[in-house]
Amino acid sequence: MPQPLLEMRGIVKEFPGVRALDGVDLVVRAGEVHCLLGQNGAGKSTLIKILSGAHDVDEGTILWNGDPVSFADPQAALATGIATIYQELDLIDGLSVADNIYLGHEKARGGVTRDRDMNRSARELLRRLGHPEIRPTREVGSLSAAGKQIVSMARALSRSAQVIVMDEPSAVLDPDEVDGLFRVVEDLRSSGAAIIYISHRLEEIRRIGDRLTVLKDGRTVATDLPARETPTAELVTLMTGRTVSSVFPRRTTTLPEGAPLLSVDALTRPGEFADVSFDVRPGEIVGIAGLVGAGRSEIIETVYGARRAASGSVTVAGRPLHNGSVSAAVSAGLGLCPEERKSQGLVLDDAVYRNISLASLDRFAQYGISREGAERRAAHEAARSVDVRPDDPNRIIRTLSGGNQQKVVLARWLLRSCKVLLLDEPTRGVDVGARAEIYALIRELADSGVALVIVSSDIDEVLGLSDRVLVVADGRVVHDGPSDAIDASGVLDRILAEHDSTPIQEEDIA
Amino acid sequence: MSASLQNDPSLAVPAPAKESRGGSLGPVRNLGLVIALVILCVVGIITAGDRFASTDNVVTILRLAAVTGVVAVGMTFVITGGGIDLSVGAILALASVWATTTGTQDMADSIGWIAMVFSALLVGTCAGVINGVLIAYGKVVPFIATLAMLASARGLAEVIADRKTQIIRNQGFTDFFGAEPAGIPVIVIIFAVVTAAGWFLLNRTTFGRRTFAVGGNPEAARLAGIKVQRHTVYLYALSGLTCGIAAVMLMSRTTTGSSTHGTGLELQTIAAVVIGGTLLSGGRGTVTGTLLGVVIFTTLTNVFTLNNLSTSTQAVANGVIIVIAVLLQQQIANRKT
Ligand SMILES: Nc1ncnc2c1ncn2[C@@H]1O[C@H](COP(=O)(O)OP(=O)(O)OP(=O)(O)O)[C@@H](O)[C@H]1O
Ligand SMILES: [Mg+2]
Repeated sequence: MPQPLLEMRGIVKEFPGVRALDGVDLVVRAGEVHCLLGQNGAGKSTLIKILSGAHDVDEGTILWNGDPVSFADPQAALATGIATIYQELDLIDGLSVADNIYLGHEKARGGVTRDRDMNRSARELLRRLGHPEIRPTREVGSLSAAGKQIVSMARALSRSAQVIVMDEPSAVLDPDEVDGLFRVVEDLRSSGAAIIYISHRLEEIRRIGDRLTVLKDGRTVATDLPARETPTAELVTLMTGRTVSSVFPRRTTTLPEGAPLLSVDALTRPGEFADVSFDVRPGEIVGIAGLVGAGRSEIIETVYGARRAASGSVTVAGRPLHNGSVSAAVSAGLGLCPEERKSQGLVLDDAVYRNISLASLDRFAQYGISREGAERRAAHEAARSVDVRPDDPNRIIRTLSGGNQQKVVLARWLLRSCKVLLLDEPTRGVDVGARAEIYALIRELADSGVALVIVSSDIDEVLGLSDRVLVVADGRVVHDGPSDAIDASGVLDRILAEHDSTPIQEEDIA
Repeated sequence: MSASLQNDPSLAVPAPAKESRGGSLGPVRNLGLVIALVILCVVGIITAGDRFASTDNVVTILRLAAVTGVVAVGMTFVITGGGIDLSVGAILALASVWATTTGTQDMADSIGWIAMVFSALLVGTCAGVINGVLIAYGKVVPFIATLAMLASARGLAEVIADRKTQIIRNQGFTDFFGAEPAGIPVIVIIFAVVTAAGWFLLNRTTFGRRTFAVGGNPEAARLAGIKVQRHTVYLYALSGLTCGIAAVMLMSRTTTGSSTHGTGLELQTIAAVVIGGTLLSGGRGTVTGTLLGVVIFTTLTNVFTLNNLSTSTQAVANGVIIVIAVLLQQQIANRKT
């Protein structure tokens, strides 16, 4: 057997109070896609941050082509030939797309940047990723999460590295874009590079992976498994240590007939979406499917008042909401769990319980003075209900793994007892086990009479969870019907039909 | 985005798509400043007539703007890189005193006045490096580190000068920097050169690109392989260097070195940088804006002086103009999106 390109042996990493990695082994060969699996908090991101030089290692060795190496900082790992796409988007909002791609290895002569060269090759990389519509001169801060993810990928490609690490790159992408990503991954593989691929979506691992390694609680529990053949049940058991049965809970009660709780009428924002109308009755879950950039997030943000509608109206329980006012929406009982948790959702340096209670402070306060005990208890309970790990309400958010941070955002809105809850990508980056629990919880909420709107890039999730599904393409609702009357390919067909009939917008991904 | 939205992260939503390029903030944002400047000039012409709109007066304004302007260019880098430098005035004073001690002046007499220039630049840069090292490696908050430098640099300047004003007796120095080729004072030329160099450095070099990155998101910059700490030291060193240059300019304007030079300079420069459009939180900065900011403040002072108004009224007007300029900029930026 040829010498592995990269070997990590007995890696140990301790953070104050947690042993995140406790002797992990990882062996990666050239020309393979090596998948890394594990529950939220298993240590995947920590492991790859050690590989990329972002964290120091406490114990263990890294061999590169058989020679021991140590990476004191990210620069060293990049110079060796390891490029990383981190789980948290790590771009500079104020810089252009091209500047971000070439940050740290700018094309320059004598320190003077050659912008035209950088723009040209950035355009080339973006085209290779299937996104020629992202202009290299555009400011990154104005891109959507998916657009940013694509820029991160372009950046990793620009390094022409031998090992490319991708930490949940597909979490914010829609199926189309995942296809594009996989084409690039295959290119890289056949050119002899190795890819370390992290994802909670098993079907992706089946499609693209060669071998896989499973982590659990900071240890390698299985390695060298064939990515395609290993049965799902076995993988889930390896990851969680238990068996997880049916994912989507079915509706137990019949949907009450009656007046809609939330009613959206002809909502329009030029350039984003037009003439969007739908109703949600109490107890109903409405899913919004569509490609990233189709206007889904924009729609629910407008419903919530965070964006001002150009025309149209939003009515809650028969009373129209003031256009463009979040506080009006909130006092009418609306809640929005946003898409981008880092920038929109969390106070990173505050404790878990305080982040959870943030949206419900009134409930725990008397004359403006908060009742800590009650607040902490309720928040802790909400955290448990979505399975935030570790189970410690006082932990600082920053020290939680990506998936667990997402669960905290969700817990906040579950605690808030809204009448209408809008969830944007509720299970992004959440592992299989916890996902089932979250689905059950969402269904429970619906059963208790809450009206829910769910946006997700995962079509199966939308179809499995919701009672009714709206398909959005290019800012228009192209389908509205019960979710058991349509399947995933049906949804895609509707989207594609719309795409073919309208010219693709220049700023599709924005 | 309104303040209330920012305070509640759960409600915050990304700002609407912007089309401006990150580094060199588009002309749109500077438009507000240009309008403010034009209004100011109109007021000047109405109230002071030819006394305002003369070549002499324009040169006077530029000469006044030069010292603040040079320091403000350095400050633009520090603030864009996510920091703040409160010690600029004090460093300027220290550099001016150091460069005019009897020792330095004796040396200047034997090897040429360049010795004075060189010592001013060196003192400024060293003080900047100390700031940078404390902040980058010592993990002292920029506000505190440079506040400490403010106190100690001015203190040291007082000790060295013994609280006396040191007169420059080197004729070569005063002749060179006092010259006015083609009617333009040398210090105004230095101001122009420093501003142009600053613009180039910020917008056209890897150093500039990395400054935006370090200020915008230091962790992301680190992950991209940038030596964030070293870069931070460079930024403060640069600010110190501009203080050294400004010290030389002020020395030539006043033919003295003094521990009271540059008092209040930190506030003037920070105000100019911020109304210029550089974000106090880092990651966005513009040298052109800073230039406009400095010229606006100086013109305002000029208009007030020509009309014999008190400095207190002027201070109030300064405050008002900061608010107006920022409001105008936001208006224009919003309309654009
Ligand atoms: N900076 C930190 N300080 C303290 N603890 C940390 C820090 N970063 C991670 N941890 C802890 O280390 C453990 C592993 O986290 P890691 O981010 O590697 O998980 P992960 O496998 O990537 O999970 P996910 O699928 O949710 O992204 C978690 O218990 C986490 O709380
Ligand atoms: Mg992770």
